[in-house]
Amino acid sequence: MVRRILSEVKEYTLPSLITPLCMILEVAMEMVVPYLMASIIDYGVYAGNMNHILKTGLFMVLAAIVGFIGGILGGKFGAVASTGLARNLRKSMYENIQTFSFSNIDKFSTSSLITRLTTDVTNIQNSYQMILRMAMRAPASLIAAMFMAFYINARIARIYLIAVFILAIFLVCIMLSATKIFRQAFPKYDELNESVQENVTAIRVVKAYVREDEQISRFKKASQAIYQIFCKAEGKVVLNGPVMTLTVYTCILTISWIGAKMISVGDLTTGELMSLLAYCMNILMSLMMLSMIFVMITMSAASAERIVEVLNEESDLKNPENPITEVKDGSVSFKNAAFAYNYDKGGKPVLENINLEIKSGETIGIMGATGSSKSTLVSLISRLYDVTEGSVSVGGVNVKEYDLEVLRNAVSVVLQKNQLFSGTILDNLRWGKEDATEEECINACKMACADEFISRMPDGYNTRIEQGGSNVSGGQKQRLCIARALLKSPRILILDDSTSAVDTATDAKIREAFRTMIPGVTKFIIAQRISSIQDADRIIVLDNGHVNGIGTHDELLKNNEIYREVYESQTGGSGDFDETEVD
Amino acid sequence: MPGPRGNMLGRPMPKAKDPGKMFRRIMGYVMKDYAPHYAIVIVCIITSVLCSLQGTLFMRELIDKYITPFLLNEDALPNYEPLAHAIARVAVFYAIGIVASFIQARLLIRITQGTMESMRNDLFEKMEKLPIKYFDTHAHGDIMSIYTNDIDTMRQMISMSMPQCFNSAITIISVLISMIVLSPWMTLVTIIMVGVMLGCTGYAAKNSGKHFVRQQKQLGTVNGYIEEMITGQKVIKVFCHEESGIRKFNELNDELFDAAKKANTYANALGPINAQLGNLSYVLCAITGGALALSGNVSVGSVASFLSLNKSFNMPISQVAQQFNSIIVAMAGAERIFGLMDETPEVDEGYVTLVNVKKVSGEKLEETLERTGVWAWKHYHKDTDTTDYKPLEGNVVFDGVDFGYTDEKMVLHDIKLEAKPGQKIAFVGSTGAGKTTITNLINRFYDIQDGKIRYDGINVNKIRKDDLRRSLGMVLQETCLFTGTIADNIRFGKLGATDDEVIAAAKLANADEFITKLPDGYNTMLTGNGASLSQGQRQLLAIARAAIADPPVLILDEATSSIDTRTERIVQEGMDKLMHGRTSFVIAHRLSTVRNADCIMVMEQGRIVEKGTHDQLIEMKGRYYTLYTGNSIA
Repeated sequence: MVRRILSEVKEYTLPSLITPLCMILEVAMEMVVPYLMASIIDYGVYAGNMNHILKTGLFMVLAAIVGFIGGILGGKFGAVASTGLARNLRKSMYENIQTFSFSNIDKFSTSSLITRLTTDVTNIQNSYQMILRMAMRAPASLIAAMFMAFYINARIARIYLIAVFILAIFLVCIMLSATKIFRQAFPKYDELNESVQENVTAIRVVKAYVREDEQISRFKKASQAIYQIFCKAEGKVVLNGPVMTLTVYTCILTISWIGAKMISVGDLTTGELMSLLAYCMNILMSLMMLSMIFVMITMSAASAERIVEVLNEESDLKNPENPITEVKDGSVSFKNAAFAYNYDKGGKPVLENINLEIKSGETIGIMGATGSSKSTLVSLISRLYDVTEGSVSVGGVNVKEYDLEVLRNAVSVVLQKNQLFSGTILDNLRWGKEDATEEECINACKMACADEFISRMPDGYNTRIEQGGSNVSGGQKQRLCIARALLKSPRILILDDSTSAVDTATDAKIREAFRTMIPGVTKFIIAQRISSIQDADRIIVLDNGHVNGIGTHDELLKNNEIYREVYESQTGGSGDFDETEVD
Repeated sequence: MPGPRGNMLGRPMPKAKDPGKMFRRIMGYVMKDYAPHYAIVIVCIITSVLCSLQGTLFMRELIDKYITPFLLNEDALPNYEPLAHAIARVAVFYAIGIVASFIQARLLIRITQGTMESMRNDLFEKMEKLPIKYFDTHAHGDIMSIYTNDIDTMRQMISMSMPQCFNSAITIISVLISMIVLSPWMTLVTIIMVGVMLGCTGYAAKNSGKHFVRQQKQLGTVNGYIEEMITGQKVIKVFCHEESGIRKFNELNDELFDAAKKANTYANALGPINAQLGNLSYVLCAITGGALALSGNVSVGSVASFLSLNKSFNMPISQVAQQFNSIIVAMAGAERIFGLMDETPEVDEGYVTLVNVKKVSGEKLEETLERTGVWAWKHYHKDTDTTDYKPLEGNVVFDGVDFGYTDEKMVLHDIKLEAKPGQKIAFVGSTGAGKTTITNLINRFYDIQDGKIRYDGINVNKIRKDDLRRSLGMVLQETCLFTGTIADNIRFGKLGATDDEVIAAAKLANADEFITKLPDGYNTMLTGNGASLSQGQRQLLAIARAAIADPPVLILDEATSSIDTRTERIVQEGMDKLMHGRTSFVIAHRLSTVRNADCIMVMEQGRIVEKGTHDQLIEMKGRYYTLYTGNSIA
């Protein structure tokens, strides 16, 4: 997992290597400074040698300058390396997501993908920077200080060893128990976010049912759970401080006691004692750093896992080796096709034994109850999902043999859950064809009956669409989506319940336009309204993943029970409808 | 939902306009619940600072009083007893210091987490009281980030920055006093160096702050882009639009990288600048001290002590400098938090309430606390000082209503209609005609600009909003479900409902059939707005939720539009039963579903252009006729 993340460092490898080197330089200078300080006191102040003070002082200034350069460069390269890694991670994740098939997308929820691309990457960026700058620095500083301490006086330095040992055990224990609690905190955070999200999106329901108080108490429960868990976890972490200071103080006092005795017998100088005390601080501070790095790593491990999950997710739809790059015509055939979501995990088939032959240019209506897999059926045509059994062919060729882009450009789908993007109406239309002229766009809109409302807008085709298309009505959005799909000049056009919010008169006009203006295009229309499909060449009645009946409106009325029942429910079978029926 | 949405791209810049005010408000929050705790924290900080100062001063004592004498009388047998006493005394100070800092840390956790909790709770409580307009005009992602990102900035601020600043201030003052006592000249050198340090820090902090602001803004843009693109990922696939999406993303990503790189570079420079200038300050002090000691003005021990004081003096200053960025970020966060808290809540001047009543002596209604199932409006008349009770019937009248989401642009004009108790009113018309808008007005999600809406003869403005809404059932265009079991979701309509009531409501909505087929039945957990259910099933639950609430007036907004026609017919039967005896407002595109309405309103561009029963409207051969026959021409 770590290797996968590190493989994204790429062009930032050099800064990543320089950073710890710079930090070591800084540490080395930090080590020299107490030594020089001791020298100033012993041979300068006590010996009354001003020359020595000046000379050593000069060395100290030099050391400070070198340390400064090391620190600044370390900081700069550390920043470049860590933000660069974050950039590459975001880039690779985003690019990989673009290769995802529909079933890959279904696996990750939208909000979790967003968190992975943002919060999780930021977490990694911060820990990577911390590790680059501190991971080398802390042990280096620990070892160097230890070395210097032993160099000055081995007997006293042994005290450090014992202290370090005891402290290390304490810190590890504290951190281990704290991280365990921190891990429990993440799901609690999800709960809280969920509560906020639901209330923001469903505020109308909450207010309509006057459930504000109940929601508030639900939120408070989640909020309090976080309070408790963090108090508990941080309560453990906070033990670090006292344990640490206790050790420092004990060391200082022990060293003072032993040191004073040694000075009295001439085994140690005053200056050496001073620098030993300084090294003591250095050693213990490095330990503290190490324990913090430890926490950072465990906390960001969860983020790393979630990122790697996205990076390693492989699209289960692969382009064939020698793809076919032309779709001959709009004929479609299903041969013994079956499909199951999560097939590899033993998902139950939602489509079974589908056999259909559809000629180029036919208009096919599809109807069936909720959950009868109408949308799934048409998704197989543009290979949004792969069949689990049997085959689907377009233009006489198995869809798996086409180049995906070629296939999808030839098969234009208007999804049931459709979306517009922020940008002008023209921008949105050009999703269908990047270099479409304004005239082409207008033509497509006319066919989709969208031109009438667009031209009424003050800015016409340059009207800005807000995120998610929130400033156009449901029916207008559907018509724009149809126009966008038409611009592709596809061989096959699939409308998945795409006119449900459009009034019946407009709906009829759109279908009329299809018939006269794009007669050669094979059209699949999924609809709940019988009126939307009753004039189709053939109508497929789906029931529970099986084809229950297929034929024209009149045929089905005669011999398909489901169809007849739906028809009657919509017409009410009452007399006054018959009066208005124009046939 | 055709409603107004503000410009979602206009994310606020993360920069506080009045940091002082924000700081005072944060402190106000901390003090509200934790004033005693905070007082103890301050005492603890002072104690631990003084104790560690004692430790530093002990160095001088150690050298001057104990070590130097050893060196001077080399022949005499050293007497270690006074040294042992001194060490014991300092040990006590140290112990007190440790205890104080431990208490301080423990209390700070409670203060920080507690304050964050109460801010979150207040935010949420406030949010629930905001008018629908707020939600329609603010990006949802932006509102949510207040609860996460912005509240999180408070953690650093309260638990680290504030005590650190306080601690530093005390340390600086006490160390300064000790330094002046030890040697005014060396103090002067130290202070001059601090000036240099502050200058350099200020420069780096200003630059990093600038880039941090840029980074936050870029982060917002990238987040927004990702959110939009990932949400529309399936559309991207269908249109093979991956390439151009990646191009745009890379542009934004690179800009973010640039800002983050610069911000971090400057922020990282703060540490080395302060550390090395601190070293420089140490050297200069050593030279000055050396010269002074040579001339016999100060003792050697004083110089040694001073040098360690010099370190103690520089440390807090660089620590405060390190907190600088988190303070900037926290102030920006605070501004957004308090921005939401300061939003004007939904005003409710209604005083007519809904109460349980029972009939006494024939027709007279009397208020009662019993659950009689009979409700009445309690209306107090100020001028006559009388209270009367009007039975809840469900009569709704629109009288010349004009409405616009903004004052400049009206979307409804002169709407007049009356729905008698139990009547079914249907709205039809092309998209954007204003049908959905009407449903926002009866429940006062939005207030009308002109005209009057009356409920049982009472102006809805006089009715308490909660009671008004309780008397209205709604099934909205987009179904929203909550995390919880299916039973919980149905119970949303009536909190204390028994299991039998839940099942009965589900049966009425025809939801019982699919629910019982689920492995866990009514206890099936729903998450992510019921993602495991089909759109139709979700709507059935929404209908069941409305059924259990049992209100006298129903508003159905295209409730049945994506249920397949077979299911819909059965739902329709249930709904007809539900609507029986209730005033209903139905919005649907399928004319067949509204044919049995008592009155059909045909809307066009915010006006009612035709009204009447189905037969009357067909007879008129007007707009309705075209719409209706459009159903069967094509």
